[in-house]
Amino acid sequence: MSTALVTDLTIFVLALLVGIEVIGKVPATLHTPLMSAANSIHGIVLAGALLIGVTAHSVVGYVLAFVAAFFAAANVVGGYAVTGRMLKMFRRKVTPAAPPGSKSVPASNGRPAGREEAAGS
Amino acid sequence: MNSFTTNIQLVYILAAACFVVGLHLMNSPGTARRGNQVSTAGMIVAVLATLILLIHAGTVTGIGWTVIIVGALLGSAAGLQSARRVQMTAMPQLVSMFNAVGGGAAALVAVYGYLHDESTKAGVLGTTTVTTALDVIIGSVTFTGSLIAAGKLQGIITGQPVVLRGGRLLNAALAVIAVGAAAFLLTTASLPALLIVVLAALAFGVMMVLPIGGADMPVVISLLNAFTGTAVAMAGFVITNWALIVAGALVGASGGILTKLMADAMNRSLANIILGGFGTGDSAAPVAAAADAQIKSVAADDAAIQLAYASKVIVVPGYGLAAAQAQHAVAELAQVLQDRGIEVSYAIHPVAGRMPGHMNVLLAEANVPYPQLKEMDEINSEFSRADVALVIGANDVTNPAARRPGTAISGMPILDVDQAKSIIVVKRSMASGYAGIDNELYANPKTSMYFADAKKALAEMTAAVKTLVA
Repeated sequence: MSTALVTDLTIFVLALLVGIEVIGKVPATLHTPLMSAANSIHGIVLAGALLIGVTAHSVVGYVLAFVAAFFAAANVVGGYAVTGRMLKMFRRKVTPAAPPGSKSVPASNGRPAGREEAAGS
Repeated sequence: MNSFTTNIQLVYILAAACFVVGLHLMNSPGTARRGNQVSTAGMIVAVLATLILLIHAGTVTGIGWTVIIVGALLGSAAGLQSARRVQMTAMPQLVSMFNAVGGGAAALVAVYGYLHDESTKAGVLGTTTVTTALDVIIGSVTFTGSLIAAGKLQGIITGQPVVLRGGRLLNAALAVIAVGAAAFLLTTASLPALLIVVLAALAFGVMMVLPIGGADMPVVISLLNAFTGTAVAMAGFVITNWALIVAGALVGASGGILTKLMADAMNRSLANIILGGFGTGDSAAPVAAAADAQIKSVAADDAAIQLAYASKVIVVPGYGLAAAQAQHAVAELAQVLQDRGIEVSYAIHPVAGRMPGHMNVLLAEANVPYPQLKEMDEINSEFSRADVALVIGANDVTNPAARRPGTAISGMPILDVDQAKSIIVVKRSMASGYAGIDNELYANPKTSMYFADAKKALAEMTAAVKTLVA
């Protein structure tokens, strides 16, 4: 086993542990955006796809580079766009776009079931 | 390593750090958007660094540049288009498609790496060979597996488990062929062997997902996500790129955690899901006739009275709600109730919807503020204080039979809906859930059944509440 491979393996294992630690804290509410965000992150394979270009000098190489670049770019751009779109929908309160009737309601009723209400009864 | 490549590696480490920070910021809905931006910034930096590396290398031919730039631009356009157009109910399909292309790209990187090494060195290919083989196998399995999963979710391929006679045997044979040919590659450079590995792995991906039923999709998507991450990490080993290794490991961890959470929430082992069996043969057995005598049916007006005079209502949405596209209808009913000063919250079971957290996204889209969306552990103690639990299109996850040993769902974590003072269940018929057993909740004296399509029922109840309070 070469030193380079050992270094790579070390990085892999440590990143895996960091991932488990960080992702374990993501609430269930955000699991779909999380998966979509993870999706866009593995779009980094685009870097690998582009690097094929450095040594590709044959038809096979060009075809592989083209398909890989297409796949990876779709992955990374689509992933980030759709994650952003989803996260924009998560609101703490009902937005002003809601029916005007909701504004006349006293604040305590309009407020979502929060901690203080749970603790109060 | 000269100073130029060192600098590029440092930029890749920066990008990897951005990915970690970005994921970390996703630990609350308030900071999640910033997390996505940080992660995007890291990705842009990494891609720019790669382009600089390409320019610096100076060996990219004119055709090479055209090919990668046109490919990347077309791919970006396709990705952006689908991301903008996709309906939130179709998110699982899109995530599956992204898994497919990500895994496919990773496999192609390894295939090219192999072809290139073979043409230059000929013979045994040094230290990266094991990871090359793993990348090709995992990437190819992910590619076809995710395409099949997306097809099932989209309804192009039947959601029912497709069980072929001798399917498991074929699967085992394909796995042996792929691994065997890959092992052969480790000692001998051989293009045909590589082709065999690719084809066997592609076929294995199809055969792995086909027998899995639609209800198990949350687990399958998570698992394929973990596969993609691993494939990308392996691609990182092949081209010695730390950004790929770190990113792949992060995604592998994320997919792995979600797979375990989903499998636990269904009370099934991963092996059990992959090997199939649930809901494949015994679907004809359960008949609800025996319980008919105790079932209480209710109409919109009566349900509206219960809701309008409650002080605390918990909505329990299930897949039926998403299937009926009724998330906006339920949000409207909740708004009417809240305008009366009634406390409304949503109890979300981990496997509500078709991918992890799917129901939360659907409700967020319908303008439901996220503090009202409660996870199972958080809401279960609140059911005893609820005047009405409104169950919409959820079945097995509310069945008290799970608390007893000896049933098909024993041990499955459930929502304690039966603790509520009264229960309204909106359901199209008495048909059993995918576990194939009767739901004891429906025979509970506190339960009223409202037989209708979720969207129609919610609209009727909303109208009835409005007339009642007007």
